[in-house]
Amino acid sequence: MAAQSNISTQSYINHHLSDMTVGSGFWTFNAGAFGVALILGVVFVLSFMYAGRKATTGVPGKFQCFVEMIVEFVNGSVKEMFHVRNKLIAPIALTVFMWIFLMNLMKLVPVDWMPTLFGVVGLMLNPDAIAHYDTTGYSYLERVMAHPWSYLTIAPTTDINITLGLALGVFLLIIGYSVYFKGVGGFIKELSFTPFNHWLFVPFNLILELVTLVSKPISLGLRLFGNLYAGEVVFILIALVGLWQLPLHFAWAVFHILVIVLQAFLFMMLTLVYLSMAAEKH
Amino acid sequence: MDINATLIGQTIAFAVFVLFTMKFVWPPLINAIEERQKKIADGLAASERATQDLDKARAQADEELKAAKVKAAALIDQAKKRAAKLVEEETQRGHVEREKIIASGYAEVEAERTRVREELRKQVAILAIAGAEKIIEREVDAQKQSDIVEKLVAEL
Repeated sequence: MAAQSNISTQSYINHHLSDMTVGSGFWTFNAGAFGVALILGVVFVLSFMYAGRKATTGVPGKFQCFVEMIVEFVNGSVKEMFHVRNKLIAPIALTVFMWIFLMNLMKLVPVDWMPTLFGVVGLMLNPDAIAHYDTTGYSYLERVMAHPWSYLTIAPTTDINITLGLALGVFLLIIGYSVYFKGVGGFIKELSFTPFNHWLFVPFNLILELVTLVSKPISLGLRLFGNLYAGEVVFILIALVGLWQLPLHFAWAVFHILVIVLQAFLFMMLTLVYLSMAAEKH
Repeated sequence: MDINATLIGQTIAFAVFVLFTMKFVWPPLINAIEERQKKIADGLAASERATQDLDKARAQADEELKAAKVKAAALIDQAKKRAAKLVEEETQRGHVEREKIIASGYAEVEAERTRVREELRKQVAILAIAGAEKIIEREVDAQKQSDIVEKLVAEL
């Protein structure tokens, strides 16, 4: 792609790192990342629900085995980390793990495929979108890449909104679990009287604990975003090096298989840790 | 890439997916898994029990076999003794029978001899009388001289 003389390296990278958007101002939706995230979430719940419907207690099929392996793995992690009885915690862990895993998995799709496909389709279905653009003197590919649909991002976890959105969900769950298991008073008391159990230290404790509380989801969201975004940038840079991108892309993709699973696992485990900390009385 | 409404949308989607998973995805899967685990545990326990039963049955069979062997040995022993005793008895009885037969044979022979001797005596007496008749040339009245004949017979 970078061989096109009119597309500079910088605009190529910028093109890949932005997303197709809907709306304006704060009420902008990153349609590519969010749309793919929703589709993957639906794929996850429907396929697992299908497996659940078909589940037999006898000899399981191959898909059921696969699903049950994941469920068993998540269930084991939940049992290990979370010692209070709660029927919401395991579904949270499963959703987090599978959804993030699928979203991370989208990174293995070569970076130019979907933008090109959506640009071509956009140019066919919605040519007016680049009417303001002086189309004379530009190649077809350049016009495709100028189309707003071609900005689509298909790896949702390389979008900070997606990862922070998940982290915000976890943050709300932390507060919800704290209040549910300790009561509002108990939660405030814990914030005020740890780590120093003396009323003189209450303001200090409050500042410390609130920072801790807020830093949990932020670190959670930024960790996932940082890992995946950095990987994505490397994929884009690899796509710039001409023919050598084929072996390099393969090597980096193989390495990324590890990152994909590991980051999904980490997010799930940290969610469990935070929620079990919120649920357990100290 | 700025922070925008996608974040809120993602949070809402997350909540929806979690609730959906809790309602429709997790329970059937975990139930199936747990039920199967229970089934497998039951099956293993049953096989364990069956193995124990088998061992017990084997031990019992061994014991019974041993007991039967001992009993059989005792029976054979008894039968042997009995046979020996029977042979002994029969032999004894045979001896007695033989003695008896021999004794009766002797008695018979003795009786025969007595009878024959008696006969001979009579014959000799008749001969003697005939001889005497010849000698004295006259008929001896056997009736009248019977005392003489009796005497003669007794002397023989």
